[in-house]
Amino acid sequence: MQMTPEFFILAIVTIVGISTPILLAALGELVVEKAGVLNLGVEGMMLVGAIAGFATTVFTGNPWVGVLAAAAAGATSSLIFGFLTLSLNSNQVATGLALTIFGTGVSSLIGTAFVGRIVPQFGSIFPPELARDPILKVLFGYSPIVYFSIIMVVLVWWFLTSTRAGLILRAVGENDLSAHSIGYSVIGVRYLAVAFGGAMAGIGGAYFSLVITPMWAERMTAGRGWIALALVVFASWRAPRLLVGAYFFGVLVYLELFAKASGLSILPSQFWAAMPYLMTVVVLTLISMRDRIGLNAPACLGKPFLPAT
Amino acid sequence: MAIFNRRHFLATAGAAAAALPLVGPALAQEKVKIGFVYLGPIGDFGWTWAHNKGREALEAALGDKVETVYVENVAEDASAIPVIRDLAQQGCKLIFTTSYGYMDQTIEVAKEFPDVKFEHCTGFKLADNVSVYNSRFHEGRAVLGTISGMMTKTGTLGYLGSYKVPEVVLGVNSFLLAAQKKNPDATLKVVFIDSWFDPPKEAAATETLLNLGADIVTTHTDSPAALQILEQRGLYGFGQGADMSAFAPNAHLSAIEDIWGPYYILRAQAIIDGTWTSSNTWDGMVDGTVVVSPYNAAVPADVAAEADKIKAGYMDGTFDIFTGPIYDQDGNLKVEEGKTLTLEELAVMDWFVKGVESAA
Repeated sequence: MQMTPEFFILAIVTIVGISTPILLAALGELVVEKAGVLNLGVEGMMLVGAIAGFATTVFTGNPWVGVLAAAAAGATSSLIFGFLTLSLNSNQVATGLALTIFGTGVSSLIGTAFVGRIVPQFGSIFPPELARDPILKVLFGYSPIVYFSIIMVVLVWWFLTSTRAGLILRAVGENDLSAHSIGYSVIGVRYLAVAFGGAMAGIGGAYFSLVITPMWAERMTAGRGWIALALVVFASWRAPRLLVGAYFFGVLVYLELFAKASGLSILPSQFWAAMPYLMTVVVLTLISMRDRIGLNAPACLGKPFLPAT
Repeated sequence: MAIFNRRHFLATAGAAAAALPLVGPALAQEKVKIGFVYLGPIGDFGWTWAHNKGREALEAALGDKVETVYVENVAEDASAIPVIRDLAQQGCKLIFTTSYGYMDQTIEVAKEFPDVKFEHCTGFKLADNVSVYNSRFHEGRAVLGTISGMMTKTGTLGYLGSYKVPEVVLGVNSFLLAAQKKNPDATLKVVFIDSWFDPPKEAAATETLLNLGADIVTTHTDSPAALQILEQRGLYGFGQGADMSAFAPNAHLSAIEDIWGPYYILRAQAIIDGTWTSSNTWDGMVDGTVVVSPYNAAVPADVAAEADKIKAGYMDGTFDIFTGPIYDQDGNLKVEEGKTLTLEELAVMDWFVKGVESAA
């Protein structure tokens, strides 16, 4: 295999496919965590989005409607979490884990009826000459959701750093009592953030069931929600770093597969298999050390809001 | 010892509970409870789906005498032990553990329950109450390899593997040896993704194989993800475990179907009759355990005829893909001309044949 431009372009297209769903889910979770809420239910919301998007596309024949349904379903499931943690002040970690279990179960249940179905796929939003060109497809050859994910990174970054609403959201996440005392609705802001996070996770899930492999299979996200959660920490709650991190993850996965397929043994496969667990340990360590190493974590992350009445 | 006490208590309680029904009318014969431990979800449309079809066939055939229970998504690590133990404690008389990675866990739990019979799929460790059963999938892969050798344009084939266990190594070697009989220069790129079921990674690995020049990819993982990618790229591949043509009507050339029902019925009947003994079963095409799905219309007639010859050879016992001369990856002669590898040798095969490009 020569190192032609086409060769790298094929690699880039594959890497973008690996990275996009994780980027979408992580971007939503970033906003949630910036508002001071830790929702560990990303995996469950992605699965709910995946099945909702797939099922809706089966019925309507339109993947755009499917993506909207995925966003709505993700947001709805996140609001269950929101109600329990924000209105009833339940433990966020436990409730988030429960949301993942719930999402896994409910998607499997609904999905039983959709195993083996096929759905129409997104057309290209660019002329086919551009989208299929062996060189130009590096810019024009992706699903519309890929462009959406990039636009959303810019929008989220602009929202958080340059808008008044973004400032309020950050205030709620950094010091909920102060935000409350000057008249902002802490709970209201957090509800909106949680719903946004759910919608983004839902779209990320639909990317699996409508774009990469247009099908339904139980647990088809296979743990990508957890990687998205870890990515938020690695990106230290900054949207541009999140973009870099998601694509870096895609490059790592591709390099592993590429090395194996080329007959190269860089590291033993057991190491790659252990990788997710090692990363989880690192992330948990970083979170627990956040105060000492100045990780930029929102100060109220994961804490219930209990104003003095 | 807390565990001893708890078990002792359970045994006592169990005896007490068992005595109660005798008071009432106990004329109906008690159904034999049979447990299944599944690796993936039953909706994977592949490996676990096929085992569950076998369970359904068992219920259909002996439903008045047996009752089945199953547990899905059981990891191939220490967490399988409590799952298997729980099935035994629920009163299962026969437990099928349906993946290679449950081997030591099955043996361990079997020691605790000498009266319960266990059947471990694709492994090689036996005990008085543990049988192993397997299917000679590699016979089917020789058929797929024949088709691939004749249909590849680049001469580079792809193999999406799960783990480097004997079952998969056999599949890789059988597939490539058969392809090389039709195209002596054919090579095979293999990727092990360290999972049986991970659709996103299966998809990415398939794309990687295609990016490296493979034009036909066969899968040894359990979801139809690879076929979805091949369909999008307008290339060809094969299903694993079940006919997956619904997922990829154009790309799906054929598939290996695992038919477990007859074996499950046979073993359950042996429990009912009290004739069960520990055994090592390795059935193939001739037994109906391995079935090659109907060919896609894209398979030319001459290719189909050659593929059918391999099938016929396995049915009447005149063909075996593991007949020498066979060379390993480094070119060493491993099987001399005229010799054929025995089932015992196949069961522990850990080397690849010449032409396989994979990290060992």
